[in-house]
Amino acid sequence: MNLDNVMSVHDFKRKVKNYFMIGLICLSALVAIFPLISVFVFVLQKGLPSLSWDFFTQLPAPVGETGGGMAQSILGSFYLIAVASLIGVPWGIASAIYITEYGYGKTVFLLRFSNDLLMGVPSIVMGLFVYSFVVAPMKGFSWLAGSLALGLIMIPIVSRSTEEILKTVPSHIREAGLALGIPRYKVILHIILKGSWGAILTGIILSVARISGETAPLLFTAFNNQYWSHSLTQPVSSLPVQIYTYAISPFEEWQAQAWSGALVLILFIFVINIAVRLLFHKK
Amino acid sequence: MIRRGDLNFSDKIFYWVLKSLAFGIIGLLVVLFILLLKMSWPIFSKIGLSFYFLNEWNPVTEEFGAMAFIYGTIATALLALVLSLPISLGSALLVTELANLHVRRVLGFLIEMLAAIPSIVYGLWGLFVVVPFLRTDVQPFLGDYLGFLPLFKGPPIGVGLMAGGIVLAIMITPTIATICREIFLTIPKVYKEGALALGATRWEMIQLSVIRSSLSGILGASILGLARALGETMAVTMVIGNRAQISSSLFSPAQTMASLLANEYAEASSEIHMASLTAIGFGLLLVSLIVNSLARIIIWRVGRIYRRSK
Repeated sequence: MNLDNVMSVHDFKRKVKNYFMIGLICLSALVAIFPLISVFVFVLQKGLPSLSWDFFTQLPAPVGETGGGMAQSILGSFYLIAVASLIGVPWGIASAIYITEYGYGKTVFLLRFSNDLLMGVPSIVMGLFVYSFVVAPMKGFSWLAGSLALGLIMIPIVSRSTEEILKTVPSHIREAGLALGIPRYKVILHIILKGSWGAILTGIILSVARISGETAPLLFTAFNNQYWSHSLTQPVSSLPVQIYTYAISPFEEWQAQAWSGALVLILFIFVINIAVRLLFHKK
Repeated sequence: MIRRGDLNFSDKIFYWVLKSLAFGIIGLLVVLFILLLKMSWPIFSKIGLSFYFLNEWNPVTEEFGAMAFIYGTIATALLALVLSLPISLGSALLVTELANLHVRRVLGFLIEMLAAIPSIVYGLWGLFVVVPFLRTDVQPFLGDYLGFLPLFKGPPIGVGLMAGGIVLAIMITPTIATICREIFLTIPKVYKEGALALGATRWEMIQLSVIRSSLSGILGASILGLARALGETMAVTMVIGNRAQISSSLFSPAQTMASLLANEYAEASSEIHMASLTAIGFGLLLVSLIVNSLARIIIWRVGRIYRRSK
């Protein structure tokens, strides 16, 4: 009787502790997603009022004047991403193909490891590298330098996602192709890559979403520009850098524009992420 | 696998192009390392490695030392880790051990979206939402009740180590939570079923079977989160206050290595100033390479142990 009592008190404590800890776990998940909601609400609330057609079509207005937009920054971001993809996508895919199709033993480990290390290099250090490598010798900030910095950041992301997909291609498909006497490169390009192209493209699009928000590597490579720029060797504006410039300025009109820029950027990234997920889940 | 049998000429070209690009990544890392070292050589040849231990930053008198920035970087990153780890662990546990499929999907998606928000947007939100909130509510409260601690001394100005740490904590939570989730998923089901069969409550099962058997994995995830926090630039730059000083108070403005680069690099005044800034970037590169390798090796070993035991 006595012992039973002790046991039930003990069990009661265990149960209370159980519910308390489960409550804490649920609470921590709520705390984790709270910033997402807060960011989204504030960006919508502060960004929507000064978002207009002008925002997408006009150059920035001088200090003190209302209106104006970030047209050159939006175009500049597309310029930067386009050339960055020309560097990052082929390089990333090539490295992934080498690792999955030709690599064996320690080489695979070494290549994966350096890929991970490159992914871990802080993006501002990548900007520093491109500054020393391109900007200093060419004596000027440029579209090319900005794209190179973004492209180098893209390589490990594309390589990793492509590798994950190529790993799932069953080896009998390779063997079937080779058994037909098709050269190996054609097996890889026309059978393996073509078969999983949709999934690889998903990875590429997600990596584009990822680099479209990068600011730090552009600060001293592409720099910024308040006017249209269409030359590879001239500084070019980008949406993130323009948001930064406006956010730390003391002018309220500019700060409002920074919020609108953030809204456009975040919508671009969310739409890509959600669209890719919906398309991918359908398959 | 046919290796020697690739007699086709186009095959050989294809192979060599792929191989050179794949190994080009290693080459890229080597060039990155050497070039940054070369660019920062002027300051190393002048004062050597003591550069990293001097607390002095004056571009006018050309006296340079990185101690204050190293302090700011480590302080914000550690604060971020302390804040983020329990939250990340909780979210990962909820997803793997407690939630049903529906909640699991939604929460997984939201955490991925949290990771997709760019640093600059976190910075903007931090500067105009978090910093004013800290200044008017959180810091006066902490100062009133816990002001006797050196951590909470000084005027509540909002920008500073605390704001930097909080914004960083939010940014590294998806990283740590995702890796923890993956590690929890590798734990064999029999461990959990065994604990429950012995009469453990759900929390005791989590404690005994999940957390205890993935401690080294959690360590790896934390180190990886720390690596991400060390190199994070824009959000921190916007909320840290940008002042080179070492203070024990979380209320005081500071400067991190990355935020210094973002602020000064484009306007470096002299060759030695440029070299000092590059030397800080070189230090950042070195630390990130070491910390990332460490984390990868730990996580890789954890994965291997469970694969073997299955």
